[in-house]
Amino acid sequence: MTLLELVLLIPAAGFLVALLLPKGNPKLVRNFALAVSLVVFLLSLGLIGAVTADPQHMQFERSIQWMQSPAIRYHIGVDGLSLWLVILSTLLTPICILVSWNSIQKNVSLFYAFMLLLLAGVVGVFVSLDLFLFYVFWEISLVPMYFLIGIWGHDKRIYAAVKFFLYTMAGSVLMLGAIIWLYVKSGSFDIPFILDSLGKGRLTLGASEGLWLFLAFFLAFAIKVPLFPLHTWLPDAHGEAPTAGSVMLASVMLKLGTYGIVRICLPLFPDAAKASANWIVVLALIGIVYGALVAMVQPNMKRLVAYSSVSHLGFVVLGIFSFNHFGMDGAVYQMLNHGVSTGALFILVGFLYERRHSLEIVDYGGVATVAPWLTILFVITSLASIGLPLLNNFVGEFLVLQGAAVANFPWAIVAALGVILSAVYMLWLVQRTFYGATPAAVKSHFTDLSPREWAIIVPLVALMLWMGVGSGSFLPAVRSSNDQTLNLVLKSTYARQSSPPAELVGRVTRPDLKESADAR
Amino acid sequence: MHQLWLIPALPFAGFLINGIFGRRLKKPVVNAVAIGSVLLAFFWVVNTLLSLGSLEQPYVERYFSWIASGTLNIGFDFAVDRLSAVMLLVVTGIGTLIHVYSIGYMSHEGGYYRFFACMNLFMFFMLTLVLGANYLVLFVGWEGVGLCSYLLIGFYFLKQSATNAGIKAFVVNRIGDFGFSLAMFLIFIQFGSLDFQQVFAKAAGFSPEKGVGMITFICLLLLLGATGKSAQVPLYVWLPDAMEGPTPVSALIHAATMVTAGVYMVARSAALFKLAPVALDVVAYVGLITAVLAATIGLAQNDIKKVFAYSTVSQLGYMFLGLGCGAFSAGIFHVMTHAFFKALLFLGAGSVIHALSGEQDLRQMGGLRTKIPVTFTVLLCASVAIAGVPPFSGFYSKDAILVAAYGKAPWMYWVGVITAGMTAFYVFRALFMCFFGEYRGHAHPHESPLVMTAPLGILALLSLGGGFINIPEFLEPVFGTLHEVHDQSLVYISVAAGLLGIGLSYLFYVLKPGLADSLADTLGGVYRLVLNKYYVDEAYQAAVVDPLVDGSRTVLWRGIDAGLIDGVVNGTGASARGIGGVLRHLQSGYIRRYAAWVLVGSILVIVAVSFTGGLK
Repeated sequence: MTLLELVLLIPAAGFLVALLLPKGNPKLVRNFALAVSLVVFLLSLGLIGAVTADPQHMQFERSIQWMQSPAIRYHIGVDGLSLWLVILSTLLTPICILVSWNSIQKNVSLFYAFMLLLLAGVVGVFVSLDLFLFYVFWEISLVPMYFLIGIWGHDKRIYAAVKFFLYTMAGSVLMLGAIIWLYVKSGSFDIPFILDSLGKGRLTLGASEGLWLFLAFFLAFAIKVPLFPLHTWLPDAHGEAPTAGSVMLASVMLKLGTYGIVRICLPLFPDAAKASANWIVVLALIGIVYGALVAMVQPNMKRLVAYSSVSHLGFVVLGIFSFNHFGMDGAVYQMLNHGVSTGALFILVGFLYERRHSLEIVDYGGVATVAPWLTILFVITSLASIGLPLLNNFVGEFLVLQGAAVANFPWAIVAALGVILSAVYMLWLVQRTFYGATPAAVKSHFTDLSPREWAIIVPLVALMLWMGVGSGSFLPAVRSSNDQTLNLVLKSTYARQSSPPAELVGRVTRPDLKESADAR
Repeated sequence: MHQLWLIPALPFAGFLINGIFGRRLKKPVVNAVAIGSVLLAFFWVVNTLLSLGSLEQPYVERYFSWIASGTLNIGFDFAVDRLSAVMLLVVTGIGTLIHVYSIGYMSHEGGYYRFFACMNLFMFFMLTLVLGANYLVLFVGWEGVGLCSYLLIGFYFLKQSATNAGIKAFVVNRIGDFGFSLAMFLIFIQFGSLDFQQVFAKAAGFSPEKGVGMITFICLLLLLGATGKSAQVPLYVWLPDAMEGPTPVSALIHAATMVTAGVYMVARSAALFKLAPVALDVVAYVGLITAVLAATIGLAQNDIKKVFAYSTVSQLGYMFLGLGCGAFSAGIFHVMTHAFFKALLFLGAGSVIHALSGEQDLRQMGGLRTKIPVTFTVLLCASVAIAGVPPFSGFYSKDAILVAAYGKAPWMYWVGVITAGMTAFYVFRALFMCFFGEYRGHAHPHESPLVMTAPLGILALLSLGGGFINIPEFLEPVFGTLHEVHDQSLVYISVAAGLLGIGLSYLFYVLKPGLADSLADTLGGVYRLVLNKYYVDEAYQAAVVDPLVDGSRTVLWRGIDAGLIDGVVNGTGASARGIGGVLRHLQSGYIRRYAAWVLVGSILVIVAVSFTGGLK
């Protein structure tokens, strides 16, 4: 059993065990879930060495026939693109378990079981190299999140959970259709195999066929991202979810969408991706500015952060569809950055909520006087979120904007407006929540951070600094992976049937493909 | 290696110590950490500069690769040349004095350690800004000083006006940074690097025949950045509000150092601006307009800090005028002398405010000459320096700018001279209203302690004698020789304008105190217009802020998001109910509508797009 399999299967096993643990002992389940998630996190750190040494190839790869007909393979692996996303997931799970330590009192064992299932689901999506397996994990991750919102959420939780579920399901159905279509054409669900077939000309997709398939996948991913105007499920889901749900949703699940675009849409349908780039970028740009403007006028903190995510994820999509190194590297880095800083923001909002039991900004004010450290950490996180240099988001935003500027300068102009607006909505939130006189209702409820809360937030703030100053620790692996994808997108024209396939293979250098084909 | 990194690292260490442990530390320890770290940084600057020798070539230290992607590789690199040497000395030197002064000024304030932590953090970022060897490291300092400015303007965070002013400063600066960052993207596209040496080397080899449109565009975007940080038209509006911060902050950040960052950045980019004469013209116009506009507003302000704030805006305009006339070294010269006398004006004002237990209104002052004589003396020194009275510091630098302006266009010189007259008038107006006549307030004035007056004394000496440091000559290796028009009459005229301003001020506020009020009455509308700062803030509020906020709330959020998109979700769902037979066994109500809409919508989008895309 490879290390990657442990990272994938331990949480799944943990989910089952957690369900079987005695119901009357919440402490036991909590400790168990925390222990499992910490072990998984530590194990996932073991992935770093091998992947960073050779990020262009799949590491810890494992491929077993799962079903004979249809030919579904249990095929997993991790490379420079998925490595940090896997670690982000395994890091945030123990953090989310700690976040829920006191606030979750209802159906405790079910809650922690779902947290572990969610971890297994998202890691599964990031490491699947078989389209069907990818789809299975995609759906698995949906289930615990649906229940996290629906059972442990706020007042309108049922509405929000169903909206979330149906939006995402609608996309999934289209994706499933496209997956089956590809299977019928190629006889395989295996992504490397399909890529290889495309590269060698064994499989050809007509221009409009490629576009349809691309759009089917893209729509599923775009809903998850969420790309304007498919975003209206997000504020509801965030507004109603418990803190841990919001954190996992924002930090990890939104990335399933952008990850899918990079992992599946671009390499499989490069021509369709290029043909669609312009209108996708327009939607991303609208999302950047629109999300920021709507965030600015939100009276509810979590909805504010949710709309800010629409804006931030717009940057990611913009970077991907700029089709150059800067944009792509920035986009992937921004996925991680957003995971860390927006996750931290939701956690800090959760700290506020646990004290004052309100998410309405007007119910706050003057928190700085009663909880100075909470204030300082919130301010640092806000600054990270608005892209202050030396903190993480700056690196990603800078690269995305540079990439957009190289691709088409007016894109960079519009997107940079989002950087101005982010300062407006975040600083305004900070002012109304933390500054000014302290109302009695706040004063009577507030204490500064507890040791548990310190333990939750310090790793994230440390990461913001590290990722802001030392991007060299993270970016090289991402870069080599992206090189490959870009190479494929920019040079490949394998949907254009005018060119003979043999020539194509010569032009596109994909050593990994040849090797994995040989291995098979 | 000369360990340049130590220069910003020292104040950063001070920030960390006071920021993390300050609450539990005793005041003397906080003081020692804060001042010690800045003083050590000053010594390290002096030590480094002495050991670097004549420094005719830049000295660069490269630490680590910060951001690398594709062909882009941005290092965390520091460099020193003669331009940054001047800035380093000014920042650490003045910074140390202001830190010392703050011990006295802030002694009765809450959040003492927080104040010094932020001040040290500011020093860290300002020194990073000056030392950065490429645009992006400069930008680190650039945004960082903006952050500290925000934190320190909003230092009294219980006051809403203070936190509003902080946000305003940050956001307005961000508008400038919008321009700066776009300029960086284009610099990278044009020159393939953000490193100063590489960019300027390529710029030197650039043949203007190929067309300078792109360079001009880059320079204008850089200028937009500079107008934000250095409070020029149209982005100057944040600086007067920034006076909500404690007075030492106004002196250090909003007068002597941070606001000159825009001047530094334009001077640093001289190699680009020299290629773009149109952009240089715009720099000169912006500077001149700002200088005049702010000076006229300064004539009518009654808050002593607001007078000096508008004066700062106006003097920064002078510096931009110098830059725009190609006299980069004159602009930097004025940065230095202005740092001396404007820091002194603010700290002196702080000493007055301290003496009057917080009073800032000039109409509540008067006759303080005998009560706080040391403060009076140093403020007099600063006033003669800013008024351009020879041989004091402001005379030399202002003269260098005005002469350069004459070389560019005589009318610019004349506008500059009139502004110089106004400057002398409003500064002495403040001085006279404060120290002459009868005392009109109710406090019990007392002279400030030595810890405050000693830095004032040193700054007074610098304000008087700082002009003898020949900065333009020192900067010749950076900018080349300054080609000046040598016409003594130009000098006489500008000095005369300054003296005339002082004389008129004396007439209005000492000899015939009623005259000013009656003049204000006769001017009526014009006076009110100036008093209310031309209603620029109100115009921005009505034209930009309100529409943006209201539009976002009513049109985007309630209209498009909740109304249109979610409405279509529900509406389409209802009409799709008939064909949604498959979905009927899902739960009832809106749930089904969502499912139906999302599906139908998705399919429609796919069909539509594949047709349009497929036709290509």
